[in-house]
Amino acid sequence: MTKVDVGDAITQAHHEEWARVVASLTRRFGDLDIAEEAAAEAFATAVERWPADGVPPNPGGWLTTAANRKAIDRIRRESKRGDKQKEAQLLCDDDPPEPLGAIDDERLRLTFTCCHPALALETRVALTLRMVGGLTVPEIARAFLVQETTMEKRITRAKVKIKAARIPYRVPSAEDLPARVSGVLAVLYLVFNEGYLATGPGADPVRHELTAEAIRLTRLIRVLMPQDGEVAGLLALMLLTEARRTARVSGSGELVTLDEQDRGAWDAALIAEGHRLVRERLAARVAPGRYQILAAINAVHTSARDIRDTDWSQVVALYDQLARLDPSPIIALNRAIAVAELDGPEVALAAVDHLEDKLAGYHAYHATRADLLRRLGRSQKSRAAYDKAIELAGNSAETAYLTRRRDQLG
Amino acid sequence: MQYLVSVIDDADRIAEWAKEEADDTDGLATPDEMAAIDAFNDRLTADGHWVFAGGLAAPSTATVIDNRDGAGLVTDGPFVESKEYLGGFWVIEAPDLDVALKLATEGSKACNRKVEVRPFL
Repeated sequence: MTKVDVGDAITQAHHEEWARVVASLTRRFGDLDIAEEAAAEAFATAVERWPADGVPPNPGGWLTTAANRKAIDRIRRESKRGDKQKEAQLLCDDDPPEPLGAIDDERLRLTFTCCHPALALETRVALTLRMVGGLTVPEIARAFLVQETTMEKRITRAKVKIKAARIPYRVPSAEDLPARVSGVLAVLYLVFNEGYLATGPGADPVRHELTAEAIRLTRLIRVLMPQDGEVAGLLALMLLTEARRTARVSGSGELVTLDEQDRGAWDAALIAEGHRLVRERLAARVAPGRYQILAAINAVHTSARDIRDTDWSQVVALYDQLARLDPSPIIALNRAIAVAELDGPEVALAAVDHLEDKLAGYHAYHATRADLLRRLGRSQKSRAAYDKAIELAGNSAETAYLTRRRDQLG
Repeated sequence: MQYLVSVIDDADRIAEWAKEEADDTDGLATPDEMAAIDAFNDRLTADGHWVFAGGLAAPSTATVIDNRDGAGLVTDGPFVESKEYLGGFWVIEAPDLDVALKLATEGSKACNRKVEVRPFL
């Protein structure tokens, strides 16, 4: 086996086995910190040994055994020092053993613990990327543009709270499950959006490593909870969005809006997979949640050969359905964008202007107004709205696009 | 595992209470709130979660002692002026945070106030 092959095998094992190793060690030793450190050491040992010894036939088994040894070593070291650590409360798991099924996967326990509502959202995101995703602390710190020491502290604090407050290591009960799953999905969607709509002056407009990681983790949750409609919906939404990623930013780093994108550059395989999931949910005939509706909207967009071919009445109907679930002004804004295509910019502008109180600080509100005013030939007002949108936009590709549009006004 | 469930009362409500019911030494809760708290306490006891609970008199009744240097300094009033005060507390027994949070959610409803859940060491 060549060096490259071994490298690939280690990367693959890391993707496939990290969460499993951390989850099973957490179950065995009742301590996230021990599990995380031992898993990291086991992978480091693999990086050292596999190039010389060869990739073991069962990499997951090898890594779990190695990590178990590392954990036991650490516990022995600490008990020799008389460290109180060894007597620390185990993460509790008082459940009787459940029948083995997808839902009982240890990785699901790990995910629910990392996404526990008693932790702050930013903490849940960091902890999930570390424990379930296997990203290193410096990688997570870079992804969220914070100092490494800040991120390290955030994760350490979370582990301490989980242990001290006894956040349980288990899949929530059936009655709590919907709310808790939606908490997990919120974390994954946040990771995806941070990649897709990357903010920060120095940041790349799209950070593929984050969108890819979010999709990978959502796929994992989908495998673990194949019956959950919202999990399927979120995965479809991500795939249909990711499919347009390369067409969405031009060679010069400028945002390309949906109407101007080269649809031939969209990823046909991702679109096909996304459409399959949307069809599966439609066939289920269960009232869809927000991710399923958002996925359906994206399915309409990605089914059209060009912008004129888009079934806008369907898009507006889906936004109406979404607004009934979530009457947020951002959904009303997106609905108005579709209304502009169906009933014209005048009607849309009236709807958008209603949202000023709630969205005056949101760049997309001003960008939408600017575009509608431009289409209505009201250049002066349009320019002012572009100025405001540029001032508020955080994404570099979006700023470049808005600036060009403004400067093209007569 | 034991958790402290602190009942958070806001200063405005306490000021309001002081104006209206200055003579009432029953405490800060209304009769309806007291009835709901009693019912909740009975449930805690029946389900084996009860350890201890108590309501506190107004912050203005507090006295601060500082005897760190042996001087036994006595000061009138709460040790820090704040927008929110501890109005009372429960100590509950629960196997994990999920159970504690569920109980605290009911407790918050019963006493009609925010609560904070903290584990004992």
